[in-house]
Amino acid sequence: MFELKDHNQIQLNSEGQLKHFLTTEGLSRELLTEILDTADSFVDMSAQQVKKVPLLRGKTVVNLFFEASTRTLSTFELAAKRLSADVLNLNISTSSTSKGETLKDTLMTLHAMHSDMFVVRHSDSGAAHFIAEHVTPDVAIINAGDGRHAHPTQAMLDMLTIRRHKGAFEPLKVAIVGDILHSRVARSQIHALKTLGVDEVRLIAPKTLLPHSVDMLGVKVFTDMSEGLKDVDVVMMLRLQKERMNSALLPSESEFYKLYGLSNDKLAYAKPDAVVMHPGPINRGVEIESAVADGPRSLILNQVTNGIAVRMAVMSMAMSGQMTEKPQPAAAEI
Amino acid sequence: MNIRIFGGRVVDPANQIDQIADVYISEGKITAIGEAPAGFEADQEIDASHQVVAPGLVDMSAHMREPGQTQKGTILSESAAAAAGGVTSLVTPPNNKPITDTAAVAKLIGEKAEQAGYARIYPVGALTRGLEGEQLAPMHALAQSGCIAFSNMRQPINSSLVLMRTLEYAATHDLLVIFQPQDADLAKGGCMRDGANCTRLGLNGISEAAETVEVSRCLLLAEQTGVRAHFGQLSTEKAVRMVMEARQKGLNVSADVPVHHLILTDENVNGFDSNFHLIPPLGSQLDRAGLRQALMADGIQAICSDHQPHEAIAKEAPFAATEPGISGLETLLSLSLTLVHQGLLELPQLLHKLTAGPAQVLGIEAGTLSQGATADICIFDPEMSWQPTAENLRTAGKNTPFTEVTLTGRVTNTLLGGKLVYQL
Repeated sequence: MFELKDHNQIQLNSEGQLKHFLTTEGLSRELLTEILDTADSFVDMSAQQVKKVPLLRGKTVVNLFFEASTRTLSTFELAAKRLSADVLNLNISTSSTSKGETLKDTLMTLHAMHSDMFVVRHSDSGAAHFIAEHVTPDVAIINAGDGRHAHPTQAMLDMLTIRRHKGAFEPLKVAIVGDILHSRVARSQIHALKTLGVDEVRLIAPKTLLPHSVDMLGVKVFTDMSEGLKDVDVVMMLRLQKERMNSALLPSESEFYKLYGLSNDKLAYAKPDAVVMHPGPINRGVEIESAVADGPRSLILNQVTNGIAVRMAVMSMAMSGQMTEKPQPAAAEI
Repeated sequence: MNIRIFGGRVVDPANQIDQIADVYISEGKITAIGEAPAGFEADQEIDASHQVVAPGLVDMSAHMREPGQTQKGTILSESAAAAAGGVTSLVTPPNNKPITDTAAVAKLIGEKAEQAGYARIYPVGALTRGLEGEQLAPMHALAQSGCIAFSNMRQPINSSLVLMRTLEYAATHDLLVIFQPQDADLAKGGCMRDGANCTRLGLNGISEAAETVEVSRCLLLAEQTGVRAHFGQLSTEKAVRMVMEARQKGLNVSADVPVHHLILTDENVNGFDSNFHLIPPLGSQLDRAGLRQALMADGIQAICSDHQPHEAIAKEAPFAATEPGISGLETLLSLSLTLVHQGLLELPQLLHKLTAGPAQVLGIEAGTLSQGATADICIFDPEMSWQPTAENLRTAGKNTPFTEVTLTGRVTNTLLGGKLVYQL
């Protein structure tokens, strides 16, 4: 037989260090732990009077958002500034790309301005991979969300939040609840949780919001909240986009809330010390009850704080990994 | 002009010939295999020692892109690619610009093909005007202008009534209809087969039902109307089985598969490489096993290249935003030979699916080395290793996941009507 090209290791340099951060999938436990350890040091630093370090001084970071986002963009901006980088924010709505300039053209133009890092959000799965492999491999690419594929910094800030509140990952049962089908966050969380060695990852959703063969990712699938939440340590809620109501996936918001919305009643199935997380922005009364979102077990605001630290960690690591030589892609047997 | 091809293993599945023999050609026709005809004096000799001499390949689907999409390929560039792939007869689908729904377009394709002189090109006419799924295309006039079959490709005919009428009209004139079955709603927005890998990549999946639901509707209406129907580029085990069962029941139906679906699976979609973006999408391991089994059991009559050349920019974008298709004419034979190298098929059995099989479906006199037949011949070295590259491929479309991948088996000479149109 013949051998086909393997594209899977493009986020690592020849030393095995991060040079792009595209997905949590395929990264080693050591590397994920290194991200968490580095982020931990930045969390402590953010609480100090002087919040800046010079790790990215003289570097230019371009936040390239092809999809609107306020909170992710602002945490990336803040993270880059705390690393002393020069930051350019570009909100490129789909209307400006429809003028005929291709994604490749846009990137090449910014590349010519000698940028050192692109933080990319795009509605197409694989956009960050495409840029890292085919457009500007010598610029560090940080994936800030691509289609349904990955949102690795969100997943890592969730991991940091879990570790800071629960300690070790091994004994934990974690449930991810809601619109898993459309969620890049859930996919990145699953890979990170599996790699970090949690006891069990559960998904809870109606079949219309579950991707095909998702159990093949090594998770347990539930369609009922009382069964799925039983004895879990961490409940990770997902945002339900309002437009899903118009696409024959769900009958109504109220029915979804009744069955899958996280209320204190349903949270009672979980362990007494279970914590609740949500990537935000939350839809109160759709996927989560206000009493839970604002309650003592909610870590939603901790997640935001940790998000800046995690983004600082991956930005500084990828920039340093980018400085060293570039590897050749390896081949894999089919 | 007399040509002798000597020393090769002559494999002509239509006549159950598989022997080391010389082939004699006079005035563009095959005059003998084995003993030279009386008084034969060769003007040209081709040494085929350690090589296979087979009928020129017949490809059920290869997009020529002309008229209207010449940034992707032209009849000249793509028929030259056909010659390099050993393909001497090919069928080109109707989605040019303009669409092949008028006699003028069909004639234009025929004339350009003749000028190029590399391959016999048979246009498929549109089943409905503009492929819009509403009004019948002028099938009788199109057939008279050279259209060999009629298809709406994967453009939906939402109304089953309209679909039934088109089939009745085709049956009236005994015209072949080609279905490329895909339920437009079930496939909407999808770019790969759903399954674990699709979920992992976060791409929009296409379920197997997108194919089977439409195959089911088409089979029922084919049965009712009695039309001659061919199912092109099937990708699922279930769909192939449905067509096979209908054929066993006595329906006049046949099927082909793209060679890629016999070789690759959805698990090969890797790193968002847009060269793996295909419609129909690559199937599961089970699908591939089912397609191979059907091929061995004669449930599939032909293997096609499903050649879809693209300009570079059409593939330079995130996966879902790229145009689907592989440039496949020049790797059709090499990839097909993988099945022989893996011991799944004997060489004559494989070559039948690339020559006599599709020729019978199309009802054309091709795909055989019978005495008196037109000398369309493909000579290949089954053991020669080579790597396709952007430089050595003749097609204008360099979009293939097999670039710089080592393949075994390569075409060395192609003859069209006794004229050498390709030599390595």
